[in-house]
Amino acid sequence: MSIKGKAAVVGFAETKPQKSSGDRTALGIIGEVARDAIADAGLEKKDIDGLLTGIAFGDFSVLWPSVVAEYLRLHPRYFSQVELGGASPAGMVWRAAAAIEAGMCNTVLCVVGDTWGNRTLALKPPPFPRMDAEFDAPYGLIAANPGYALIAQRHMHEFGTTPQQMAKVAVDQRKNACKNPAAMFGNKEITVDDVLNSRMIVDPLHLLEIVSPCSGGGAFIVTSAERAKQGPHRPVYLLGAGEAGGHCGITRAPSLTTSLVKPAAEAAFAMAGVAPKDMHFVQPYDCYTITVIVTLEDAGFCKKGEGGRFVEEHDLSYKGDFPSNTHGGQLSYGQPGLAGGMSHVIEGVRQLMERGEGRQVKDATIGYVNGNGGIMSEQCSLVLGVQ
Amino acid sequence: MPDYKKPLPHPTPASRPFWEAAKRHELQIQRCTKCSAHIFYPRELCPECLAPDLQWIKVSGKGSVYSFTIAQQATHHGFAEEVPYVIAIVELDEGPRLTTNITGCKPEAVRIGMPVVASFDDVTPEMTLVKFRPA
Ligand SMILES: [Zn+2]
Repeated sequence: MSIKGKAAVVGFAETKPQKSSGDRTALGIIGEVARDAIADAGLEKKDIDGLLTGIAFGDFSVLWPSVVAEYLRLHPRYFSQVELGGASPAGMVWRAAAAIEAGMCNTVLCVVGDTWGNRTLALKPPPFPRMDAEFDAPYGLIAANPGYALIAQRHMHEFGTTPQQMAKVAVDQRKNACKNPAAMFGNKEITVDDVLNSRMIVDPLHLLEIVSPCSGGGAFIVTSAERAKQGPHRPVYLLGAGEAGGHCGITRAPSLTTSLVKPAAEAAFAMAGVAPKDMHFVQPYDCYTITVIVTLEDAGFCKKGEGGRFVEEHDLSYKGDFPSNTHGGQLSYGQPGLAGGMSHVIEGVRQLMERGEGRQVKDATIGYVNGNGGIMSEQCSLVLGVQ
Repeated sequence: MPDYKKPLPHPTPASRPFWEAAKRHELQIQRCTKCSAHIFYPRELCPECLAPDLQWIKVSGKGSVYSFTIAQQATHHGFAEEVPYVIAIVELDEGPRLTTNITGCKPEAVRIGMPVVASFDDVTPEMTLVKFRPA
């Protein structure tokens, strides 16, 4: 039994990321994108009988799925929180498909939203994992920046990856962002020199290689393949999915340079019965430039260690020979909490629905999406396609 | 040192022997008596074979830099006065890797593969952190 082709994404919505949420709460943003995604799918609220949501750093509590269901007066027959960091939204796609295929529900709302810099709330963010707090934080290994710097430094050491190659990822993605009105940084293109001249934050990562946290939200609707055909858009089927985990802190990862993307992507491609070379575009999670390089290697788009050269030799823009993060990636779109990781899923769906507007990849019918959580600690790879 | 502003470990019953050893300027890690795996961080059972019988062993404190980053911006407000500082992963000769800081040399002198040895930093009267310096 496989969930290949059994369910499809039929609608989506997202807000334009904002540096500050003003007076909005995460629940308010979640409500807005949920409403818009239901409408986009040509459905009504009563059609939603499944709910998947994820942590909001600006509005966190236990029993979060019920909080969201209550806020929107939903009555799910299947509901849960997907708690895989930035991989949560990708993880929602196959969980929704599996729940539908298992007969637990028909149509699942997958929704995340978050706030940043909201001073009207006296809410505390969720705590760090206990072991990270005890064995990493006392030495300054806190949050994601230094963790990814450790990965980048080791990648440079093992494979000779250069700062210029890493910078190229940010440069090409910015070209895509300039065609995306929703991108937070879509006003002007940047050069490799701009990236390398931006402030060094955690050596070797510069400011322009690091995501900018912000406020925003995203939602998409998954329904059965049968029902998907009745919607207003070309259904985007889940053709393959794979997931992998095993460590939380990066110090406890077996390798800094070969990640869990490998087993996740292998499983996704195997389920879909396709190979990396068959993809018309990729939307790899990009919290940092190095994340894209490691992901492309481990997903099999190039050999291990050749990711730097690969991004240097290919045009990653929407009209290039290897369209990648065609919405600008989080590096240019912004990272509104988990909606950052949802932006890769939504952009993959958008391209396959041929709704890419000024950045449409020509004749795209199949693509690869990867979600990554923590410090490369949660990986969920998807193959999405039409027909 | 009431003005110590960086995050401090909060030892648990499982990890207390590690921090108590550090206070004596000794590096101790666990070893599984069943499968002989060396274990760090401290646990209540072996993460390899899940056996509960772990023993504490004193190790040499020798290892090498597996990776590092020079923080040019404080990763926590408590580190503001130390910028630039080196956050590193050190691989002990016995195998396990630890998060640590490299001290005793200029940040720009740190290299991956560089041999290092544990050095103990009594950051408060109660707590000693395990850092490393060039061997
Ligand atoms: Zn064992």
